[in-house]
Amino acid sequence: MTTVNPAPATPDRRKPSPPPPSAKPVRPRRANRDWVHGLLMSAPALGGLIAFVAVPFVYAVVLSFYNVRLGSPLPPRFFGIEQYRRIFTDPDMSGPFLRALLNNLTFAVVVVPLQTGLALALAILLNRKLKAIGVFRSLFFLPVVFPMALVAVIWRLILARSGDGLLNSALHAVSFGNWGAFDWLGDGLTAMASIIVLSVWQGVGFQMVILLAGLQQIPGELYEAAQLDRASRWQQFRNVTLPGIRGTLVFVAMLTSVLSFRVFDQVYVLVHGGGLDEDATRTVMYQAVTTAFDQNNIGQASAITVVFFLIVVVLTLIQRRVVRSGNED
Amino acid sequence: MTSTPLRRFFDYAVLSVLAFVFVLPVLYLVLGSFKPSDQVLSGLTGFLPTHMSFDNYRAVLNSFDSDATGYFWRFMGISLLVATVVVLGNLIVNSMAAYGLTRLRWRGQRAVFTLVLLLMLVPFEAVAVPLFYMLNDQRNTVYIQAVPFIANAFSIYQFATFFRAIPPSIEEAARIDGAGPWRTFFAIIVPMSKPVFASVAILTFLTQWGAFLWPVLMVSDPSVRPLPLEMSVFQGRMPVDWGQVLAFGVLLVLPVLIVFAFFQRWFVQGVASSAVKG
Repeated sequence: MTTVNPAPATPDRRKPSPPPPSAKPVRPRRANRDWVHGLLMSAPALGGLIAFVAVPFVYAVVLSFYNVRLGSPLPPRFFGIEQYRRIFTDPDMSGPFLRALLNNLTFAVVVVPLQTGLALALAILLNRKLKAIGVFRSLFFLPVVFPMALVAVIWRLILARSGDGLLNSALHAVSFGNWGAFDWLGDGLTAMASIIVLSVWQGVGFQMVILLAGLQQIPGELYEAAQLDRASRWQQFRNVTLPGIRGTLVFVAMLTSVLSFRVFDQVYVLVHGGGLDEDATRTVMYQAVTTAFDQNNIGQASAITVVFFLIVVVLTLIQRRVVRSGNED
Repeated sequence: MTSTPLRRFFDYAVLSVLAFVFVLPVLYLVLGSFKPSDQVLSGLTGFLPTHMSFDNYRAVLNSFDSDATGYFWRFMGISLLVATVVVLGNLIVNSMAAYGLTRLRWRGQRAVFTLVLLLMLVPFEAVAVPLFYMLNDQRNTVYIQAVPFIANAFSIYQFATFFRAIPPSIEEAARIDGAGPWRTFFAIIVPMSKPVFASVAILTFLTQWGAFLWPVLMVSDPSVRPLPLEMSVFQGRMPVDWGQVLAFGVLLVLPVLIVFAFFQRWFVQGVASSAVKG
């Protein structure tokens, strides 16, 4: 930036020529004191971020190299990379963590395309100028405001193992009585599927709203031009809609993948009372919490936390790169 | 898009069917909360509005009446208090920081702002375990449920995005009139930034109201337990009284539904705009 006029807010001392008298008199004094005010204004938030994000984050890395337990009379003992060895390669101890990693990966691989696709379909359906479309938008967005603990409880009833469970009795009715009771949450094969369904139900409205905002930024003339060219609805979707929201779509997909590694609430609630198959549904965060809280193994839980963070960072970096390259096209 | 009446009818039909399927679980929750417990988990008849009464609500409000179980209004009070402190604290602290970091010029300001953007990458889940360890002697207090969530890097980012779009001439005018940075901020900038305050407030409230992970780690005493955690405890108590559990659930979601009903526009705008710009 080499523009001289108008003068930048920070006074440039290297410039020998005196500044134009009209604008300058107030500025130098003001700029000199601004740093005090700037710092004072930012201090509370910065203090909070340092105390509750930066410090514990560094501390997690440190703790992951120690064998440390709460309330233990022994001082923390340096452990090197033992905790990482234990959670990744130790044949006796790595089982639950590796299972959690695998479960979480399964969850992400299914949920990301499913939820993004469903959200896109809903957004396209709702991107019309129809009467009462606002009501429909609200209805699909409604589950987003439900606390996950409550969502888990509602679905605990729907998927209940008794023949009186909602899903079981619905299947019983449509199969003319051939469907018996099935334990959706307790069966290792369907437990994760159940978690996936209730998570998508709760979360899809969020992605839908973001995609809807993206769709509304596509100029209507593009569709009019496409219609003049007698493009079919599918062609319009392929050649106007998709390119128009590519960036938003990538963003939503990546956001969903980060969110899907943070899954915890629903698994915790349904394991504690819902009869959910714990081993089939434990996630990385669930594993971190049980290791810290139930096993009182802070060091190992910290190692899991660090792995969790690395996954999130890699996903975020991929997102930034893809979105940026998309914008350059 | 031009649409024929037939096409429009088809759209409505598809939307209605989808919306109905989507709302079924909510309907089930609300209906069940008014029914006797043995009528809730009873197959498809769970949807029939029979035997309706407020008994479950009365029971929820009255049956939590000892120190061992906690009191319903206490859970509600804790949740409301924590959410209020987090939302108000967040608005004040983070908007000020965003202003100080984007509209005032000082050395190192850029570096600090970049640091904030980096901290945005760290989700709370990544610091929950070490925080649990560091703050273990503060377990079972109310303030520890709120304080860690007041400073929020993402909120700073949302405020900063908005403040950056305000033309500098507005502040210049105030400054030339002799207003300092604080007065400029509180008297000029804040009143014209209502949209961003609204969307940050709503997003924060929504997240905070459902907060679960931190209370699981930090709260075991029923006297300081927030609603979502009690929801989990209540549904795990055998035998489950389904009618009461669902009534509890309705009471849990009611405050956020009320906020949603009144500020729906901001909800959706806040969610969408923050994401699209990001």
